[in-house]
Amino acid sequence: MKLTRRLFGGAAMATALMAGSMAHADDPVRIALVVKALGIGFFEAAAKGAEEAAAELGNVEVIYTGPTTTTAEGQIEVINALIAQQVDAIAISSNDTDALVPALKKAMQRGITVISWDSGVAPEGRELHLNPSSNPLIGNMILKLAADELPEGGKVALLSATTTSTNQNIWIEEMTKVLGDYKGIEVVGTVYGDDLADKSYREATGLMQTYPDLDAIIAPTSVGIVAAARAVEDAGKVGEVNVTGLGLPSEMAGAIESGASKSFAIWNPIDLGYSATMLAYQLATDAAEAAPGAEIPMGRMGTLTLDENTEGAMADPFVYDETNIDDFKDIF
Amino acid sequence: MSLLKSREALLGGAILVLLVLIASRFPGFVAPDNLVRVFTDTSPLLILALGQTVVILTRCIDLSVAANLALTGMVCAMLNAALPGLPVAVILVVAVALGAVMGMVNGLLVWTLSIPSIVVTLGTMTIYRGIIFLISNGAWVNAHEMSDAFTGFPRASILGLPVLAWFGILAAVGMMVMISRTPLGRAFYAVGGNPHAAVYTGISVGKTQFWAFTLSGALAGLCGYLWVARYAVAYVDIAGGFELEVVAACVIGGISIAGGAGTILGTILGALFLGIVKNALPVVDVSPFWQMAISGTAIIVAVTLNNRNSKGKGRIILRRAQDQASEGATV
Repeated sequence: MKLTRRLFGGAAMATALMAGSMAHADDPVRIALVVKALGIGFFEAAAKGAEEAAAELGNVEVIYTGPTTTTAEGQIEVINALIAQQVDAIAISSNDTDALVPALKKAMQRGITVISWDSGVAPEGRELHLNPSSNPLIGNMILKLAADELPEGGKVALLSATTTSTNQNIWIEEMTKVLGDYKGIEVVGTVYGDDLADKSYREATGLMQTYPDLDAIIAPTSVGIVAAARAVEDAGKVGEVNVTGLGLPSEMAGAIESGASKSFAIWNPIDLGYSATMLAYQLATDAAEAAPGAEIPMGRMGTLTLDENTEGAMADPFVYDETNIDDFKDIF
Repeated sequence: MSLLKSREALLGGAILVLLVLIASRFPGFVAPDNLVRVFTDTSPLLILALGQTVVILTRCIDLSVAANLALTGMVCAMLNAALPGLPVAVILVVAVALGAVMGMVNGLLVWTLSIPSIVVTLGTMTIYRGIIFLISNGAWVNAHEMSDAFTGFPRASILGLPVLAWFGILAAVGMMVMISRTPLGRAFYAVGGNPHAAVYTGISVGKTQFWAFTLSGALAGLCGYLWVARYAVAYVDIAGGFELEVVAACVIGGISIAGGAGTILGTILGALFLGIVKNALPVVDVSPFWQMAISGTAIIVAVTLNNRNSKGKGRIILRRAQDQASEGATV
């Protein structure tokens, strides 16, 4: 039984391989966009971007798939199914850095191009990883958002998550490095809202009391930015104090509408899906190779430069304001 | 003399000293506007602490209040998002009723199964948080999905005070009257002070604890709506860890964890003390690393004082009986 299955399996694979090499010119390049779980607005938006890339490239079929719950086991099943379908490329946002490596290795042995995006896989399990942005870009962006509203300079304060949040601390550090590029902007203090709505609200209120001439609050955390916007509204300082930082459009729509926040940033899932598809296409058609230092084009998003871990950053975080918030608030 | 020694006077004095200290570093803090703001900000803590007080009086503890608040808040927010036309009054009734039901679950488990309350509420705390995840799928309900009436109600001003602050005042006054003027209020003390004696006087210990939990749950439910409307956001983790702050307010206010001792005035002052500390720390420029240490120290000091005070005798609920007893002793 086992023997026959192996025989048949081998034969089937041989035919598939032959078919694959023979029908190279006409068959569309099939790129599977594997997400953490189906039904999440962020990933639905990424799929939209992938379709956009496919339309631009022409000869591409996007397979948008993923498990129903955000588990590594679910994704492994999906990967195995994709290997059986002989897709040309898998672009995955993983639920586990290491657990997916064996399945993805198997896919690569079968000649399938594997890249990770958004949430990465360990280097041995993929050819490259696409980060939505990079720490220096984020650090610069949050300060730029505040400075753009303050052409004359002004006082800004930071509302972070906890004192030990790695991400927030790195972003603030990167922000401090570029502080010299923004003339007249003074950072008067950093407070910590612990990612609790009530504590963030109190800290933001405290900032406005301590610095009555405060011009902006930068909150690089999604709980903090919402709470700070509410505190500014309640203090009647809409228009005086601008709240900016990193947040999600659905959560920030109210603050943009009230004017408490003029703009904020976060990665754009549409661009991310678009870029991942472009990259997967380039690698699957052997137009580019994923090696440290390589520069791979990704259509309207420019090129991706890979570092020594074959990782690259897509772009600056995407800026959301009153002109585009309505397009995104129902997406994620 | 007894007034000077009383815990409430001591705590009141501590609050005044605290205010003077804060004012010396940041004068704007004691401006009337700001004090109103601080009181408003403290109101949810105060309301929850009042509920917790009656639970602790009966020798129990309710660790599920914050989870109850979060679940009720999520239900209110989802109701509002689904039916924006629903009047706030209906939402308030739903909030209090739902909170009370959750409190009753705690109370029934403690009463009928005689499980220690800390275990029961530790369990229901996780269950309630889990239910929030189930009904919301982990998604947030955001400001733009809530109606203006929904988020505006706690902010609306009546006689210069926001509605949220009025709820705090009403809850405090209501609770004082209930504790001092109703049989149930006295039963809470009796059950906590000496359960065996309470049984002999015809008070059901379990039933009294059941009502204490129901009351605590109903107040937590009320806070659920107020909280979500105030911060205009509902998600799984709102008020995470808040139950410990609530217990801390009671302990600082002199409610004995051993049950049966403490006053509502003490709880009010305890909540105000914590509220002032929480609101003052951001403006007096104290390192965030110190903030938790300061709150913790206040609790330890309060418990130490409590221990020394509790060496005295229990609260006498039947003055006449005591007179008879002392007469009997002299004869």
